[in-house]
Amino acid sequence: MRSVTGVQTPILLTNLETVPGRAIRVHYGLVSGSTVRAKHIGRDIMAGLKNIVGGELKGYTELLNEARNEAVGRMVAHAASLGANAVVNIRFSTSSVASGASELFAYGTAVTVE
Amino acid sequence: MTVEDIIGVLFVLLFFISPVIVFLTTWWISAEMEKNHYRSIHAREQKFDRLPVVPTRSSDSRRRIVESRLVTGSVVISGGPLKRLTARFRMIIGGPIRGYEILLDRARREAILRMKESFPEADMILNLRLETSTIVRSQGREGMAAVEVVASGTAVRYAPVA
Repeated sequence: MRSVTGVQTPILLTNLETVPGRAIRVHYGLVSGSTVRAKHIGRDIMAGLKNIVGGELKGYTELLNEARNEAVGRMVAHAASLGANAVVNIRFSTSSVASGASELFAYGTAVTVE
Repeated sequence: MTVEDIIGVLFVLLFFISPVIVFLTTWWISAEMEKNHYRSIHAREQKFDRLPVVPTRSSDSRRRIVESRLVTGSVVISGGPLKRLTARFRMIIGGPIRGYEILLDRARREAILRMKESFPEADMILNLRLETSTIVRSQGREGMAAVEVVASGTAVRYAPVA
């Protein structure tokens, strides 16, 4: 929720159906945020090298983390625009839409808790 | 035997031996990496012993929850060509592909640990969800598939016991 001063009050995020210890007052329905990210060529080369021995591809982990944060950010912005102060029942999904590009999707239910 | 013959024989030997050397080196490196990773996983799991993670939606505790927040942890992991090769052989006769099983086990445990590390002050993590998705490389079918594992849950903190 963005106040007049522009200070953003934090929106509570949870993947439970309710915010523990707080009652839900208003229900705004589904909010979602998504982003499609392509891999960066430098990271791709490094990941390609790393792929020879296998193991974690740190560049991709970071890339997808950034993307997921952005998707969550968009979802939160959507919730804030409705006047909610919490998003409950959040789910994530990752899917590869094209070779080399992934969609990160976050969705949940926007609510107001007391 | 002339000098040219000896050089020729050496080249032929090198031609056949070098792939074996590359194969053995990659095998050794990935085995060492796996060992190191498991060592780090065990150490960190012990460190976070007091922070339980459960897939249930609520805790039975009667203690009041003062704080809750969404926590996530993710990891992208790839098997590399060696595991792919052994998996191909496995696919002829069927049965469990041990290499991939181990790889996914590492990825899941690492993702859960990262989730815990993102909020170490938590008392409990509820509603754990683990999602696995394949990130396809640009080479398509021939490329090595990397797998992303995302762990998410709600971390809660209880009110201190009076």
